[in-house]
Amino acid sequence: MDNIGILILAEHKNGSIHKISYELLGKAKELAKELHEPISCLMVGPTGIDLKELNQRGAETVYYIKSNVFSNPEEYLYKKNIVEFIHERKPKIVLIGATNFGRSLAPRIAAALKTGLTADCTDLKIDEDGNLVQIRPAFSDNILAHIKTVTYPQIATIRYKEFSEAEKDSSIKTNIIEIKTYMDSCSKSEVLKMFSDEKDDITEAQIVVAAGRGIRKKEDLKMIQDLADKLGGVMGASRALVDAGMVSSAYQVGYSGNRVKPKVYIACGISGAPQHLAGMKESGTIIAINSDPSAPIFSIADYGYVGDIYEIVPQLIRDLSQEETWN
Amino acid sequence: MNILALVKEVPDMTKVNFDCERGVVDRSSAESEINPFDINALQTAVNIKNQYGAKVSVLTMGPPKAEKSIRDAYARGADEGILLTDRKFGGADTCATAMTLSAVIKYLGNFNLIVCGEKSVDGDTAQVGAEVAEFLDIPHAYYVDKIIEITNENITVEIEEICGSKQIRKMKLPALIGVTKNINHPRLPTVNRKLESLEIDVKTISLEDLSDYISEESTGFKGSPTKVSKIEIPRTIKRESLILRDDYNSFKEIIKNETKGARR
Ligand SMILES: Cc1cc2nc3c(=O)[nH]c(=O)nc-3n(C[C@H](O)[C@H](O)[C@H](O)COP(=O)(O)OP(=O)(O)OC[C@H]3O[C@@H](n4cnc5c(N)ncnc54)[C@H](O)[C@@H]3O)c2cc1C
Ligand SMILES: Nc1ncnc2c1ncn2[C@@H]1O[C@H](COP(=O)(O)O)[C@@H](O)[C@H]1O
Repeated sequence: MDNIGILILAEHKNGSIHKISYELLGKAKELAKELHEPISCLMVGPTGIDLKELNQRGAETVYYIKSNVFSNPEEYLYKKNIVEFIHERKPKIVLIGATNFGRSLAPRIAAALKTGLTADCTDLKIDEDGNLVQIRPAFSDNILAHIKTVTYPQIATIRYKEFSEAEKDSSIKTNIIEIKTYMDSCSKSEVLKMFSDEKDDITEAQIVVAAGRGIRKKEDLKMIQDLADKLGGVMGASRALVDAGMVSSAYQVGYSGNRVKPKVYIACGISGAPQHLAGMKESGTIIAINSDPSAPIFSIADYGYVGDIYEIVPQLIRDLSQEETWN
Repeated sequence: MNILALVKEVPDMTKVNFDCERGVVDRSSAESEINPFDINALQTAVNIKNQYGAKVSVLTMGPPKAEKSIRDAYARGADEGILLTDRKFGGADTCATAMTLSAVIKYLGNFNLIVCGEKSVDGDTAQVGAEVAEFLDIPHAYYVDKIIEITNENITVEIEEICGSKQIRKMKLPALIGVTKNINHPRLPTVNRKLESLEIDVKTISLEDLSDYISEESTGFKGSPTKVSKIEIPRTIKRESLILRDDYNSFKEIIKNETKGARR
């Protein structure tokens, strides 16, 4: 077996490095302690991305397949280039961020290489034979499966915000190698347009105030939005409200919505179904308001208030507005 | 236009019992159903049929009893159902599943568009679709929340979020799309279709039929590069909770203190 080293597929977002890349480096450094093999990064992206921080955070070598054809993410062309690179360099382990793009790209790469892929890992280890153990929740988080891949490279996607970012050491000198594109156009698929719809990004929010079926009608959501605004946070919702058409799915928290990990999560009138918990249980502090003392949400909350959101929430808004000294 | 929806049969995850000792799902504890995300995939295909005219087929790989989901798919508007079933397919990971699905797709031939769900609620990997696309060497788009246009040669779709933006992408057919649950509101089957669905022929295909397209070594457990080495039961995620009832003032202080450092 001549496969060696850990390769991290770095991701770019708006012309700079996506933080997930630093988190992957953080974990890779731990793995490299066991494995004693080098860590490298591959960035496939447009010109002008400053990559030195990848070195400074632990990648011995950074490869850059640089071309403006990669300005818009598109799996087919990215895959072609990455697969050729992997054929040449033969890494043992490839780590990819489980962002939407990563989740869409990784299976194409794995299939092209006829190797295994483990999705959405929450932890990684090295076993006694120097192989990767990939740990991921399965069956609605009821079990944690340990998965090994019998082919090389061993590829895994890793959830965003699962690991801490690798420390930065600015004294490390950069080592960036530019690589020519292996393929720079693709007739099968063409990006016509990229655009963002201005909305609060719930996944990056530090405070989320989320509403569930305790909210009876759409107008009442205003008080949740108001409380979120008062606290400097973003509004979220359970699937029940999204299904009822009260709020757009961009705000949905949970298994089929967004996974969030804010410093504070305040659940208002949410029962705490496993599919909801799957999206927020890693939050720093969880606070729940629910009129039913037996609601499952209380068992994962740090603080709970048994009461009617139609009383508590307006009262909180009033009091927070009045007490000017509170911040 | 021929459209194929990939539909998986899964246990109803809101009802299924879980055997924590053995780390397996007790499949007898809950009914099986079409993977909820695949209902959106099927509805996407049916909507395209209604707008542009097309034939909609569904393909399921699973045990013989998964025939039930094929009938359900018919009731929801599919024209034809194919069940891919063989003991030798058992224990397949996503790679072997996608290999096998792509073999049948080649065997059946002639699909312009393949639609799959965002993910399956039991496998939960969201890998099978893109792997099928790769094995067929066709382009794909995931997280599709809108079909903008279909012509004989191309499909144009909107992608909900990729690298922080929405994206409009045009792909040459044949292509594969993975859709989000926001793409449509699935309709319930009509009584008539339901009754008819009991009468339809479900075509079954086994490994033998695919001998020109795939070898036994590439399917099932044998063909799976990933192996589960251990099952662990996660420690129950319970937190030490302080539950208040009438003490509003203390609760207010908690909210103030906890959010202090995090406010934007
Ligand atoms: C495949 C699949 C995926 C899913 N994905 C998601 C997902 O991503 N996100 C998600 O949230 N759900 C998801 N669900 C749905 C999930 O199973 C639950 O149905 C949903 O989370 C329930 O939402 P809820 O807590 O708002 O409503 P309910 O369960 O109805 O709970 C409402 C709560 O509000 C309380 N309440 C009522 N009135 C008041 C009041 N005046 N004051 C205070 N409390 C009050 C009640 O006591 C109750 O606890 C999914 C389900 C499936 C099958
Ligand atoms: N056994 C199967 N039969 C048919 N389609 C499948 C099967 N497994 C997965 N799929 C399709 O692939 C999608 C992603 O599944 P998964 O990778 O298991 O999350 C599903 O939503 C289905 O559309």
